[in-house]
Amino acid sequence: MNLSEHSSILIVVIPLIASFVNIFLNFLQRKLCYPFFVLVLGICVALSIDILYQVINFGIIRYRLGGWMPPWGIEYVIDHLNAYLLVIVSSMSFIVAIYSKESVKKEIPKSKLPYFYSTYLLLATGLFGITVTGDIFNLYVFLEIASLSAYALVAIGEKRSVLASFHYIIMGTIGACFYLLGVGYIYIITGSLNISDLTRLLPSLYESKVTLTALAFFIVGIGIKIALFPLHRWLPDSYTFAPSAVSAFASATVTKVGIYVLIRISFTLFEPRFLIEMTPLSNILIWWSTIAIFFGSLIAIGQKDFKRTLSYILITEIGYMVFGINIGNKEGFIGAVLHILNDSLMIGCLFMIAGGVFYRIGSRNIEDFKGLNRNMPITMASFTIAALSMIGIPPTAGFFSKWYLIVGAIKAGYLVSTAALIFSSLVNALIFFRILEKIYFTKNDNTFMYNFRELPISMMIPIVITTLAILMIGFYSGEIISSVIRFSLPKGF
Amino acid sequence: METIISIKPILAITVSALSAFLIAITGEKLRNLRETWSILASILKFLVVVSMLPDILCGKVIEYYLFKITSELILHFRVDALGLFFAMTASFLWIITSFYSIGYMRGLNEHKQTRYFVYFAITLSATMAVAFSANIFTAFVFYEIITIATYPLVAHKETEEAKKGARKYLAYLLSTSVAFQLTAIVFTYCLSGNLYFSKGGLLSSDISSSLLTITFLLYIAGITKAAIMPLHSWLPAAMVAPTPVSALLHAVAVVKTGVFMIIRVVFYIFGVDLLKSLNLGTVLAVVASFTIVAASVIALRQDNLKLRLAYSTVSQLSYIVLGAALLSPSALKGSIFHIVAHAFGKITLFFTAGAIYVATRKTKISELDGIGKRMPLTMASFTVGAVSMIGVPPFAGFISKWYLSVGAIESDELFVLVILAISTILNACYFMPIVYAAFMKESKNNEYNGINEAPILVLIPTVLTAVLTLLIFLYPDLFMKLIMLIVNQTLGG
Amino acid sequence: METVIGKYNYWIYIALMMIGFYAMIAKRNLVKKIVGMNIFQTAIILFFISTAYKKDATIPILIKSQEVIDPAQYINPLPHVLMLTAIVVMVSTFGVALAVIMMLYNQYKTLDEDEIIEILRKKK
Repeated sequence: MNLSEHSSILIVVIPLIASFVNIFLNFLQRKLCYPFFVLVLGICVALSIDILYQVINFGIIRYRLGGWMPPWGIEYVIDHLNAYLLVIVSSMSFIVAIYSKESVKKEIPKSKLPYFYSTYLLLATGLFGITVTGDIFNLYVFLEIASLSAYALVAIGEKRSVLASFHYIIMGTIGACFYLLGVGYIYIITGSLNISDLTRLLPSLYESKVTLTALAFFIVGIGIKIALFPLHRWLPDSYTFAPSAVSAFASATVTKVGIYVLIRISFTLFEPRFLIEMTPLSNILIWWSTIAIFFGSLIAIGQKDFKRTLSYILITEIGYMVFGINIGNKEGFIGAVLHILNDSLMIGCLFMIAGGVFYRIGSRNIEDFKGLNRNMPITMASFTIAALSMIGIPPTAGFFSKWYLIVGAIKAGYLVSTAALIFSSLVNALIFFRILEKIYFTKNDNTFMYNFRELPISMMIPIVITTLAILMIGFYSGEIISSVIRFSLPKGF
Repeated sequence: METIISIKPILAITVSALSAFLIAITGEKLRNLRETWSILASILKFLVVVSMLPDILCGKVIEYYLFKITSELILHFRVDALGLFFAMTASFLWIITSFYSIGYMRGLNEHKQTRYFVYFAITLSATMAVAFSANIFTAFVFYEIITIATYPLVAHKETEEAKKGARKYLAYLLSTSVAFQLTAIVFTYCLSGNLYFSKGGLLSSDISSSLLTITFLLYIAGITKAAIMPLHSWLPAAMVAPTPVSALLHAVAVVKTGVFMIIRVVFYIFGVDLLKSLNLGTVLAVVASFTIVAASVIALRQDNLKLRLAYSTVSQLSYIVLGAALLSPSALKGSIFHIVAHAFGKITLFFTAGAIYVATRKTKISELDGIGKRMPLTMASFTVGAVSMIGVPPFAGFISKWYLSVGAIESDELFVLVILAISTILNACYFMPIVYAAFMKESKNNEYNGINEAPILVLIPTVLTAVLTLLIFLYPDLFMKLIMLIVNQTLGG
Repeated sequence: METVIGKYNYWIYIALMMIGFYAMIAKRNLVKKIVGMNIFQTAIILFFISTAYKKDATIPILIKSQEVIDPAQYINPLPHVLMLTAIVVMVSTFGVALAVIMMLYNQYKTLDEDEIIEILRKKK
C-alpha cells in the first residue's frame, strides 16, 4: 500500500487516534505520554510536507472517503492553499508542542498533563480536518472539534481562564450555529454539500435571496470564530489567561484556519464576482476590517498585560487578512495569504516569549520586563526580531506581506484602509519600542527577584527556530508566492 | 555605461558587520582587541571603497546582485559615482571617529562600550548599503536598519533624558519612514511597476500630475533623516547621545543618508524634466530655504553647545537639499561638495564639543569663556570648523556656497541668493561669539586652572579633521573630478 | 399572510432561535445562558429537519417489491443524518459548558455572572 496516497486522511486520523491512545498510555506508562505526543505531531509535519510536495508536483489531491463518489460521499480536496496552510498549522503545532514541555509544568497540574496533550492533539485534528475537507458540513464538524478542544484548553489555564472559556463557549457556539445555518440555506437551494459541486451549482442561483442569506450567515459565523472586531470579545480574555503554550498554539493557528475558511467560502464556494461585483459584501468587509485594524490598534496601546496586548494585536492582524482577501486584486490576496504564514510565526513566537517570561518571573505585566536583557539575552533578541517583524521593518518577514497589502490597497484605491494599515504599523512600533526600551535601557530596581538565567533549552529552541524563520522567510517570499500562492489565486484575479 | 560585476560593494558592507560580530564576542574584558577590530574594520572598509575608485573614475559602474525576494523587491547593489562619493566620505570619517570614540569612551569611562561599538559598526554597514543601493527598496531596507541600529547609540546613557531623546528620535524617523516613505515607494511601484533608480527619472510624465506631486511630497516627508523642517526636531533630541555618535551619525551617516536619499529621489526617481514641469523643484527649494533660515535663528538661542551644532546641522543639510532642488548642474555640484565640506566641518565641531566635555564636563556655551587659553588646539579646530560652516575662504564650506550661488543664478531662482546671504550672516552670528568668548574673554573664577587639552586620542582626530577642512579647500580637484562625473552621470550632458 | 402561514416552520425556528439568543446574551445566570444555547441549537435542528419534510411523503425505506422508485414519495433523509451529527456536536458542547460551569461554581460559589465579575474586580 502506498502510504503517500492516503496522507490526506492520515493527517486527520493519526492525531485523532493518538489523542485517545494518549489517555490509555497515561495509565500504562505516564512518561511516554509526552514523547508520543511530540512524535505524533512530528509525523503530521512530515505528512503535511509530503502533501505539499504532492500538490506542487502532481496537482490537486482529491481523496474520496470510503470510496464514495462525491457529491454523495465526503471528499477531501487539497489544493495549494490547503497544503500551504497544513504545513503552517502542523509546523506550528509541532514547534509549540516542543515548547510546551517545560512551559506547562508551571501552569498545569502534573496529573492533568496527559489530558492536556490529548486535547491539544484533538485541537490539531480539528484544524487539520477543517483544512483538508471539501465538504461544508464536514467542515462544521471539524470546526466544532477544534473549538471544543480550544474551550477545554483555555479552561485549563489560570483561575480567570474558566470564565474566559465560558464566554468563548457562548460566542463560539453562536458562531458555529450561524455557520450551520448558512450550510442549511445552501443545502435547501442546492441539495448539495460538496464544495466543488456547489461551485458548479451556485452560479445559477446568485439572484436568489437565500444564497445571499447563506453567505451572510457564513461570514458572521466565521467572523465570530476569527474574532473580527467587534465580534472579538472572547479572544483577549481567552488568550490572556490560557496556558502560554495554548495561547501560542491557538493564536498561531486557530484564527488563521478561520481566515482560510473565509477564503474558501468567499472565493471557492462562490465565485469572486459574487462577493465583489454582485453584492456589496466585499465592500462591507473592507470597511469592517479597516475599523477592526483601527480599533484593535487603539485598544492595544492601552494594555498593561503583555499577553493581552498581543491578543489585540492579533485582532488587528486578522483585520489585515480579511482586508487583503476582500480587496479583490492579486496583490491584496497574495498579501493576505502570505500574512497567514508570517502572522502565524510572529504571533506564535511572541506568545511563546510571553510564556517564557512568565515562566521565569511569574508576571505578564509589561512593567516587569525591565532589564530582562541581562538575564535572558537570547529570548530578548528573539523578541526584538519578532517585534520588528510585527512593525513591518524590512527585511523581516512581516514587511513583505504588509508590502503586498499596501500595494493592493493603493492599486484598488482604498486610501483610508491604507492609512489604517500604516496606522497600525505605527502603533505596533509604539507598543514594541516601549517594551524594548524597558528591556534594554531600564535598570531593574529589585534585583533580588531576578536572579535567574535563560530559559530551559526546550523552550529556547522553539523560540529561536521561529525567530530564524521570521528572519529567513522574508527572503523566500517570492519563492513562496511563485510556487504556492500563485496557484491559489481565485479566478479572475 | 560599462558595468562590472564585482563583490566589492558587498565586501565594503560586510566588513563592518563582521567586525560588529567580532566586537560582540570579544567583549569588555579584551578591550584592546575589541578596539583593534573597530579600527581594522574601518581601515579595511575604506580601502575596499577606495579600490573601487579607479573603475568608477573611468565611468564604469560596479554591480552586485544579491537576492531577488519577489519580482519587484530585489536586493541589488550598484556603485555609481554618487554612491561611491558618499561611501568614501562616510568610511573615511569612520576611521577618524573610531580613534576618537576610543579616546572619548575611555576618557569618560562610559558603560556598555561593547554595545556601543557593535551598533556603531552595524550602522556603518547599513550606511554603505544605502550608498550602494541600486533601487529604492534596497535603500529603504537599510535606511530602516540605520534607524534601528542607531537607537541604542542615542539611548546609550540610559538616563531618563537619554531615553526620552531616543524615543523622540525613533518616533520621528520610524513613523515617517513607515507612514510616508513606504507609501511613496508603493506609489512609485504602482505608477511605474519598477523600483530601480534610473538616470533621468523612473517616473514618466504621462501620469497624473497630482499623483506625482503627492508621491514627491510623501518622499520629502518620509526621508526625515534629511531633517527638513518641520520634521527636524529628532536631530536636536538625539544630541543626548555621546559626542562621537553625534559626530559621526548626526554629521555624517544618518543625516547624510537622508540628503543622499533625497538626491536619489530627486534625480533618479523623478528626474529633472519631470520636476521642472511640475514646478516641484521650486517647492522643495522654498522648503529648504525656510529650513536654512529658521534653523539658524533657532540655533542663535541655544546655550547648549551640542544643541547649537544640531540646529546648525539642520540648517546646513538644507543647503544640500537646496542644491538638489535647484536642478541645475552647478547647484548639484555645490550640493554634493557640501556633503563632504559639511561632513568635515561639522565633525570637527562635534569633536571639539566632545573634547571640551571630556576635559571639563562643560556643555554650555556660556561656560566657555576663556577656554581657548587652556585648550588652544581644540578651540583653534573649532574656529576652523565654524569658519568653514560660515563659508569663508580658505575653508571647504566656501566652495560649496560658491557653486550653490552659481546654481541659483543658473536656474533663475534669485531668492536663493538672498537666503544664502542671510544664512551666512546668521551662521556668523551664532558661531563667532563662541570663538570670541573662548579666546578673548577671561574665565570666571579661574575655573579652568589645571585643565589641559583632552586626551591625545581625542585631540588628534579633532585637529586632523580641521586640517583636512583646510586641505579640501586647497585641493578640491581630488573631489571635483568625481563630482563632475556625478553631475555628468546624473544630469546626462 | 401566505408567507407567514405557508412557511410557519421557518417562523417557529426563528422565534425559538431568538429566544435562545436572548437568553445567551441577556441572562446573567450561567445555567440560563447554557439553556439558551441549547434552545438556540435546537432551533437550528428544527430548521434542518423541517426542510426535509414533504407533504404526503413517507420515510425513505425501500421496499423490495416496489420497482419504480419515485423520489417525490420519500422525505429527504440527509438533513436527519446531518442533524444526528449536529446533535452529537451540541451534546459535547453542552457537556464542556457544564464542566466549565462546575469549575466556575467551585471557584466562586455562585453562578451569577455579575457576582463573579464583582468578585474578580475586588480581587484586583
